[in-house]
Amino acid sequence: MVEQGKSSFCEQKEAKKLHPFAQDLSGITAKGLLSLNILNFARLLRRAGLPLGPADMLAAQDAMTRIDIGTRTQVHTALRTTMVHRHEHQDMFDQAFRLYWRAAENNEVLEILDKLAGPKPPPEKAPPGTRRLAEALAAQKEKPTPPEQAREEIDAVLTVSDRERLQEMDFEAMSAAEINDAKREVTKLHLPLDARRTRRRRPDQTGPQIDLRATIRASLRSGGEILALARTRRVTKPPPLVVLCDISGSMSRYAQILLHFLHAVANDRDRVHTFLFGTRLSNITRQLRHRDPEMAFQLVSQIVPDWSGGTRIGEALAAFNQQWSRRVLGQGAVVLLVTDGLDRDGAAGLSENMERLHKSCSRLIWLNPLLRWEGFEPKSQGIRAMLPHVDEFRTVHNLASLRALVASLSAPPDLRAMDRWRLAA
Amino acid sequence: MPSALPATVADTAALLEAGGYVADTALATTVHLAMAMDRPLFLEGEPGTGKTEIAKVLAAGLDRRLVRLQCYDGLDLAAAAYEWDHARQLMAIRIAEATGAADRTALSSDIYAREYLRARPLLSAIDPDLPPAVLLIDELDRADEPFEAFLLELLADFQITVPEYGTIHAKTKPVVVLTSNRTREVHDAIRRRCLYHWVAYPDARRERLILARKAPQVQPKLAAEIVAFVQRLRGQDLFKLPGVAESIDWAGALMHLNQTELSPGAVDETLGVLLKYQDDIAKIKGAEAARLVTEAKAAAD
Repeated sequence: MVEQGKSSFCEQKEAKKLHPFAQDLSGITAKGLLSLNILNFARLLRRAGLPLGPADMLAAQDAMTRIDIGTRTQVHTALRTTMVHRHEHQDMFDQAFRLYWRAAENNEVLEILDKLAGPKPPPEKAPPGTRRLAEALAAQKEKPTPPEQAREEIDAVLTVSDRERLQEMDFEAMSAAEINDAKREVTKLHLPLDARRTRRRRPDQTGPQIDLRATIRASLRSGGEILALARTRRVTKPPPLVVLCDISGSMSRYAQILLHFLHAVANDRDRVHTFLFGTRLSNITRQLRHRDPEMAFQLVSQIVPDWSGGTRIGEALAAFNQQWSRRVLGQGAVVLLVTDGLDRDGAAGLSENMERLHKSCSRLIWLNPLLRWEGFEPKSQGIRAMLPHVDEFRTVHNLASLRALVASLSAPPDLRAMDRWRLAA
Repeated sequence: MPSALPATVADTAALLEAGGYVADTALATTVHLAMAMDRPLFLEGEPGTGKTEIAKVLAAGLDRRLVRLQCYDGLDLAAAAYEWDHARQLMAIRIAEATGAADRTALSSDIYAREYLRARPLLSAIDPDLPPAVLLIDELDRADEPFEAFLLELLADFQITVPEYGTIHAKTKPVVVLTSNRTREVHDAIRRRCLYHWVAYPDARRERLILARKAPQVQPKLAAEIVAFVQRLRGQDLFKLPGVAESIDWAGALMHLNQTELSPGAVDETLGVLLKYQDDIAKIKGAEAARLVTEAKAAAD
């Protein structure tokens, strides 16, 4: 906990140099300075990525009037409880609070704010959407034909790198037509057991249950005589979907199309959680929720540090099981695991963690995009460790288009192929 | 007569203390602010860290009734807020017909009178005819997302609108406590309306105080060893870490086995009270437990 100390939030009367934006505040009261400090502090937090609205600021101001602002822990807690709404933002808040506090004590708030107000580095790339804008302006022009996909001779690119490569992914810009195609394809996605009955009901004249409340309300129109029974039916909706997607070196050729798929899925259905893993696990659910795919990809490439590096599937699954499984696998979630099963760690801990994952979700589907010919033997240790713990194993023979991906996921499960694979493993 | 809300953070801390709840300053400040600002309190944290207990202690300390809503998947308005008594409404319609007084507008206001409205926990908590309440909405993460939408009006304005009847306002605003174990993410709309606090595992000093309150029959030496052991256990790489509730249970278990100090044998036998997953037990049992016991004993001295 923070040590007790005298508040300096309201002790800046002697501050000689005030921020330009504060200078016209003549006859500064302690309260005025306090709210100014809260405002400035909120700017710092926003810059650090905390979503703060005006309502949060008002709540923070209100909270200040109800505590002893001479006690640092109380000020700290009061600001935190009103400005932070998620546990994962708490560390960021605490750091920002310490930084701002020190600055306020040394009258260095100005320097911090000046740094914040400083010009942002100019974007190196054209901002997202540029291509689509250009297209829209030159609507008559013919669409650029996508470059011919180089035919691959060898199937799996067995380049499991032995070092972690930290790099930002650079995605190709997408055309408006491509985005629309993706949206259309993904609406056709139909995972197994997709229509799950919930406990909610909706009005339905042919439904099996009688809705007494609506029936009585309708009967009043005819003076209390019940002429027709109102009925309801249970609502069905798809279960939560959790996608764990491998983005290591051997999968890097598909990163673009997979991410495109994930973005379309995340914006098409409710309750989709998306994780990427190579050597570490990143939750990109919030980033993908951005409607514009290019914006979303830019956000994703900023937070994911391990594009096209090695794979530690066991470790990534362990991290998922430990930190996330209890938070996202409730309500009968279906897990879609997209990986080639080529593991850098020699499948260390993979079997145990696959087993735990399998036991915590209602259905585990493994999509392997690298198996393209029928006679492939599952020799890799990783594949052998994973196969016994999946409900369904699906392959894509040529992951060149979203259509192939959606078709593979929506097809009825090939049980015979499953058995064959299991036997081989 | 319910007592007034505490005026300062210190008063709130004293109120929790009097109820047997050992709170740190941050929690006491948050609870105080929630009551002073009339905002719901949203408590998130690992299971067994005393989230539900806060509501109980507040209800006892403020001398208010505790209205508890346990959430589950499929919880709907009829079970959470209110329900019309359809059987009696139908009866009232028949009687009106029989007596020939079937005037349509009168009938409508007759059968949608307050007496036909059955209050469920949410409505009961803001019922102006009942004494003030502490409303506990427990394990909100267990309810499905559509249920959260029902809560928004209540949490923002302490009122419930029944379409056929009108809006029911609270006379005295209830103290609202929501808890979540994070088995799913609660929506931002709920978070925005609440004051947020993450209830962490207590540090060793506070856990000793809690144990002294909740299991007073345990010898101080044993209690110190228990706390030191559990604190070390929380530093291990386990699937499910033991909460405070588990420490209290474990202290009780060791008392029943007439233990006066920790010994590796007794720890191995009772590990199931602390750890609830076989993988975790297998990892700790034996050598690891013996090592932790030695460390805990050294630290407790």
